[in-house]
Amino acid sequence: MSSRGKILTVMAALLALAVLTPFASSYMILLITQALVLGILAMSLDILLGFTGLPSLGQAAYLGMGAYLTAILATHYDFGLGWSFWVVILLGILIGAATAAFFGLFAIRATGVYFLMITLALGMCVWGLAYRWNSMTGGDNGINLLARPEFGIRLADEVTYFYVVLGFFIASLVMLYVLVKSPFGQSLVGIREREIRMRVLGYNTWLHKYIAFVIAGGFGGLAGVLWAHLSGHVSPQDVILATSVDALLMVVLGGPGTLVGGAIGAFVVVSLRDYLSTVVPWWQYVLGGVYVLTILYLPGGLMGIPERIRRRRALSRSPEETKKLQSASH
Amino acid sequence: MLHRLKGKLGWKLAAGCLALGMGVSQTATAAEELRIGFIAPMTGGFAQVGKDMSNGFEMYLEEVGGSFAGAKVKFIVEDSEAKPPVAVRKAEKLVHQDKVQMLVGGLLASTGYALAPVSTRLKVLYVASIPAADDLTQREIAKYPYVIRTGWTSSQPSHPFGEWACEKGYKRVVTIGADFAFGYEVVGGFQRAFESCGGKVIQKIWPPLGTKDFGPYIPTIKKDADAIFTLMAGPMSLQFPKQLADAGNKKPIIGGGTSYDEFVLPSMGDEVIGHVSSLQYSAALDTPKNAAFVKKYRAKYGKVPSYYSESNYTTAQMIHEVLKTTKGKWPGTQKFIAMLSKMKFDAARGPVHFDDMRNPVQNIYVKKVERKKMFGYDKDELWNTVIKTYPNVSQFWKYGKTEFLKQPVYSREYPPCKYCE
Amino acid sequence: MNAQFWLIQSFNGISYGALLFLLASGLTLIFGVMRIVNLSHGAYFLLGGYIALSVIWATGSWVLAVPVAALAVAVVGLAMERVFLRPLGFDPLRQVLLTVGFAILFQQAALDIWGGDSLDITPPDLLRGSVVIGGIYFPVYRLFMIGMAVVLGAILWLVMEKTRAGAMIRAAVDDSEMARGVGIDTSRVSMFIFALGAFLAALAGVVGGGFLGIYPGLDFEILPVAFAVVIIGGMGSLTGAAVGSLIVGLADNFGKALFPEVAYFTLYAPMVLILAVKPTGLFGRE
Repeated sequence: MSSRGKILTVMAALLALAVLTPFASSYMILLITQALVLGILAMSLDILLGFTGLPSLGQAAYLGMGAYLTAILATHYDFGLGWSFWVVILLGILIGAATAAFFGLFAIRATGVYFLMITLALGMCVWGLAYRWNSMTGGDNGINLLARPEFGIRLADEVTYFYVVLGFFIASLVMLYVLVKSPFGQSLVGIREREIRMRVLGYNTWLHKYIAFVIAGGFGGLAGVLWAHLSGHVSPQDVILATSVDALLMVVLGGPGTLVGGAIGAFVVVSLRDYLSTVVPWWQYVLGGVYVLTILYLPGGLMGIPERIRRRRALSRSPEETKKLQSASH
Repeated sequence: MLHRLKGKLGWKLAAGCLALGMGVSQTATAAEELRIGFIAPMTGGFAQVGKDMSNGFEMYLEEVGGSFAGAKVKFIVEDSEAKPPVAVRKAEKLVHQDKVQMLVGGLLASTGYALAPVSTRLKVLYVASIPAADDLTQREIAKYPYVIRTGWTSSQPSHPFGEWACEKGYKRVVTIGADFAFGYEVVGGFQRAFESCGGKVIQKIWPPLGTKDFGPYIPTIKKDADAIFTLMAGPMSLQFPKQLADAGNKKPIIGGGTSYDEFVLPSMGDEVIGHVSSLQYSAALDTPKNAAFVKKYRAKYGKVPSYYSESNYTTAQMIHEVLKTTKGKWPGTQKFIAMLSKMKFDAARGPVHFDDMRNPVQNIYVKKVERKKMFGYDKDELWNTVIKTYPNVSQFWKYGKTEFLKQPVYSREYPPCKYCE
Repeated sequence: MNAQFWLIQSFNGISYGALLFLLASGLTLIFGVMRIVNLSHGAYFLLGGYIALSVIWATGSWVLAVPVAALAVAVVGLAMERVFLRPLGFDPLRQVLLTVGFAILFQQAALDIWGGDSLDITPPDLLRGSVVIGGIYFPVYRLFMIGMAVVLGAILWLVMEKTRAGAMIRAAVDDSEMARGVGIDTSRVSMFIFALGAFLAALAGVVGGGFLGIYPGLDFEILPVAFAVVIIGGMGSLTGAAVGSLIVGLADNFGKALFPEVAYFTLYAPMVLILAVKPTGLFGRE
């Protein structure tokens, strides 16, 4: 599909979502909103994984920083519940980016497995802080946000909040799309493909990777702010290893390097965890199965399926047909 | 005249019959449905506790044939995975999709704190059958008008236990408790009561929640203590007594009720014989009502009920009793709370009623682990024998409500360790 | 803080480190030879404990349970490697996700089979109680853990250094292309190493079960600790695993005893620092 076609498809899907969601049940609206928030997180990870080739096992840390910041500001300082909500959004992005800037100094030197390990360790550090720093984070109990912000519109209304989150999702998607299409984004892909060649060509690959890492952290922080208001509760459970692993799965399942793939993956994982679990008790088997089957049979993720179908069709076409197609396109 | 009288009477009679008929047919056709949303962990590390909780509730439901005073009960269980955000989401699903009239359950204090605001926001009843976080029915109660607790507060059993420790003659106690809010509250309650009657807590140790190797902590326990007070939760309860015994400890061990509750007791060994703890329930409570409960539960589920099961069983009983007075009609959240708060119950754990802050007032049992036969079972097993009963214990113990609430909630630093050396 | 305190704490730290060595040695071998990031390793540990329990319940013999559980899990590991991991080739991301998927499946299956109660593996009476030396109590089970680690470490070292099989394994670790070039069947080696790694993890589970207990969730609790050891010590190096587990065991112990506030930090922060400075760990090779 041409890139124009892809954009139109995405726009159509988003439009359909915007129009149809308010008619769904209250719980469904909640799940869709949740999937959108996690979709932002997944897209931020896709920048690292899909475009730069850096598999991070610690993306939940940035979600956590954004979420805890929001919760602490709301409960300890009574800040962020009116128009100041927008300031908190900005602060959430900044704290995510700042944390990534700090962590990146340690992490960017590593690649492959070591990058996985060090981001895992950094994520665990954030978890450890959330868990033990009782006075600030409430420790095991977490922090309760009593109400969603209100500034002319009431975010407490599920449908309203859905639209707000959808807005942020679209904004993030657009910004990240612009990023990956830019020369900077192209150089990230170049680093993913052949870092040595990029260095030979004179690119400061460390800096490129570092900037990508910081940007991913910023979007992670944004997701964190939205996450805090979604559940109304922040706890160390939000930053456990499993959350980061889930984010990875979302990207891989959807299709690394496609941006929207992450969002699609988010929808699938949320339906499994939070929808299927209300229907059957053996949903964990399905979740584990999805992990395993995705890896084994869907290397390009769900977004990669059309490509595979096309390739398989090309392979099974006879030589005469291929010649006919080639001459037809001239 | 008689003719007119007959006419009037006739009309009245007819009208009365009509009204009665309509009323009767209404109750006959409108078989009320009571939808109860039960939130507990069904997967993950706490899955077994969650099962025990729902088993307790379901056993009572079965006993009464699945309906409370004519209202057919629809009991929907949702998995919280022991994660507060998941509990919140499931609560939303139960309220919006299944249209439950009440949420019951929650396990951890963190879940209780997460569900309480949800109940306020969605204006739905939340019956907290297990979460023991003190402030839910203390300093934070104004925020949660639709919450009523049928279980306990963490410090409730600790207060009388502190007094018991003084009576026993202990003067210097070291506390070692899991480093989280529940631990702080159980230990805090004990410390406060113990120090009010002349005891001294000389050291407070806090191993992180989930500690498996107590090697770092045991050697630091002060040698001149009279007794050690422990509060362990989950797998920690299993390992700590063993490691303590292996390290050569000879001091008497006393502790919070969950350290020796029937959830972990079957997996424990002789190292816990003689350990004393306090809780609002012991499966070894030798009353006819409890004996029947234990025998029935064990026959059905293959294990002795823990307080997790009893609390939810009794909660079901309480809901039933309220519905009996409304003849099966759901009275609405606020009326339900008002009614429940005024009733008295004869539960498996003993007599229970409520204080004006929607928390139970009940017996607290000081129990000691012994190996013996009980209830006609022919094997020697570990039981928590009740050695003393404190009746009518509220969440405020002997401290007046206002005086109690003036002080901060029990935390790592409160009460301060005045006698720590 | 007298001498007795330091002695006991060191002993405790070393015994915890011994348990970690049993667990981490398998993980480091799997990574060293096959470059596989095995996030199911915690599940192998837990399964080992559960299977041992079943054997004990069925036969009453702890001594029998140990090898049976370890071998059973080794078979599971073998199957996983052959059927699922082999086709993936070297792709750390996919390995992570695949092994996590299996860990989730194993955890749910364990819950369904053995229930969710916290269980305890009771060792034979011989290993219970304590030895008293100079007024200090040394729990026998801790001594046993240290003993097991030493014996196992010695066996592994001997095999690696002194036998032909060991030489093949080391060759495969160092340079698998060259190893294939000289006729070593690296796929056979991989299979064997993965099975051995799973065997060791399960062994650690049986031994650890008597010390930590066996309960759902233990798999994901113990996993980051095992990784900390392997990363600090160096992936692929047995010596690294030994040194790393000692360091982690002692640091964790002393950290908790002296600085309880930052208990988890003392574990993961050093991991970050070492990864940043020397990503291959203290004894690892690239």
